[in-house]
Amino acid sequence: MSSLATPFSVRKTSWRQPSVLPGFGLTFGFSLVWLTLIVLIPLATIFLKSAGMGWHGFVEVGFSHRAIAAYRLSFGTAAAAALINAVFGLLVAWVLVRYRFPGKRFVSALVDLPFALPTAVAGIALTALYAPRGWIGQYLEPLGVTVAFTPLGIIIALVFIGLPFVVRSVEPVLADLGRDVEEAAATLGANRIQTFSQVIFPAIAPALVTGFALAFARGVGEYGSVIFISGNMPGKTEIAPLLIVTQLEQYAYDGATAIATVMMVFSFVILFGLNAWQAAQRRRLGA
Amino acid sequence: MSRTASTTEGRTSQALLIAAAMIFLAFFLLLPLVAVFTEAFKQGIGAFGQAVMHPDAWAAIRLTLLIAAISVPLNVVFGVAASWAITKFHFPGRHLLITFIDLPFSVSPVVSGLIFVLLFGAHGLLGPWLAEHDIKIIFAVPGIVLATVFITFPFVARELIPLMQEQGKDDEEAAISLGANGWQTFWHVTLPNIRWGLLYGVLLCNARAMGEFGAVSVVSGHIRGETNTMPLHVEILYNEYDFVGAFAVASLLAALALVTLIAKSILEWRFDLHHGGAVH
Repeated sequence: MSSLATPFSVRKTSWRQPSVLPGFGLTFGFSLVWLTLIVLIPLATIFLKSAGMGWHGFVEVGFSHRAIAAYRLSFGTAAAAALINAVFGLLVAWVLVRYRFPGKRFVSALVDLPFALPTAVAGIALTALYAPRGWIGQYLEPLGVTVAFTPLGIIIALVFIGLPFVVRSVEPVLADLGRDVEEAAATLGANRIQTFSQVIFPAIAPALVTGFALAFARGVGEYGSVIFISGNMPGKTEIAPLLIVTQLEQYAYDGATAIATVMMVFSFVILFGLNAWQAAQRRRLGA
Repeated sequence: MSRTASTTEGRTSQALLIAAAMIFLAFFLLLPLVAVFTEAFKQGIGAFGQAVMHPDAWAAIRLTLLIAAISVPLNVVFGVAASWAITKFHFPGRHLLITFIDLPFSVSPVVSGLIFVLLFGAHGLLGPWLAEHDIKIIFAVPGIVLATVFITFPFVARELIPLMQEQGKDDEEAAISLGANGWQTFWHVTLPNIRWGLLYGVLLCNARAMGEFGAVSVVSGHIRGETNTMPLHVEILYNEYDFVGAFAVASLLAALALVTLIAKSILEWRFDLHHGGAVH
């Protein structure tokens, strides 16, 4: 009978589960208002302004030749960099989790450098290294490899920016992986390469995909570390975020907004797809 | 756990894999860091000092400190409030709220600046009204603060939510049942429990607030001595071919990054805060 004894008014008003702790109204209300003011309303303006352009006007500036070349470059270099990071990020995570070697703590801390170092600083440092007469560039130039002011330079900047996403995504999964499955594989006669490709790799693949997607999404939007090394030639080495800035400097607000909308829709699709894929993975594994 | 030969690699393969990883990290992470400091001191300590003591550099340093001093506390208050609501109570839409808090991570820094130009710029939605009342937001300090708060919005909340979720609410419920009020419970029970996680979030938030470039570049207007933050000042000096000056100011930011990394590592080792999921 106790459930019937609950006063009707309480049940009607509490859309959340009851709790003895105070402060829900204050903290929830404040969070929601602040989130709406700082994030949701400003983000909504961009879609509002895009909608105001009309479909034809939007396509004209959002998918101009110059814009399409910029998307191609941004998405292409970000994908290439994320792929490189998937390989070397996995290697770094593997070495950090599995092996002991001197200076391991230092290396582990260093992996987070791209999160802590301002992007503009990374940009000028990489340019100092890879410019034709730079530290590394001077040795590459005679070999016919030009890094700075080409798409290759953009890829190098994005490898720098994206590496920790892959390492920090894979590391915990690799650390949690039980040795027993590897022992079982060995008992059944698998060699190390077979064990890795058929037992370990499938287990860490979802984390690797997550790291790849995060590095890719970050790379597509990256600005500070790229503009110094890319040379910024329209149609050749002009990334999409730089095109937005160029449009803004020419007071072409419609162009800037349309390009920003295309990029935002794209990154939301990636992240939404990633979340859906992860949820499906969890269901499949019954976790 | 003993490692049998069948569950680990031979000595040679291990050495090769470690060497490959270290060479990659040396080229991509260590060398850029070394380059910043080397280029900064290329023409001696005197040139470095001159660049750092220049009035424009000082103005940029002061502005950067001011921006961080405003935006980090705002995000701390928001982060704590949001984490309290999300982890201490069960209500529909909690996950949606977390997704919304994460949104700024998936937006390009340039776009983060653009949205405030579209709102408050001269041609923006509220532009005419602001001009009428003589309020300047874009190309002024308030715009830089807004863009920085937006960019760093998720940092503190992202650290606290998993931590407070894990800690549950038993301690707080005990305090309340013993007669403590809400504020007492927060100050004496919750805050001591979360202080290291909070500090961790503040560190990352501060590093990003001081180092943000793209978003700030769009809203600042690059007015020397007025709306130039340190990263923007680095860009201006660099574009003027004052490389020693650019790298000198950049080396201060790199030093900040190193301090952040060291403090972060100490927190991770001492308080076992390392949760690999916290990638930004």
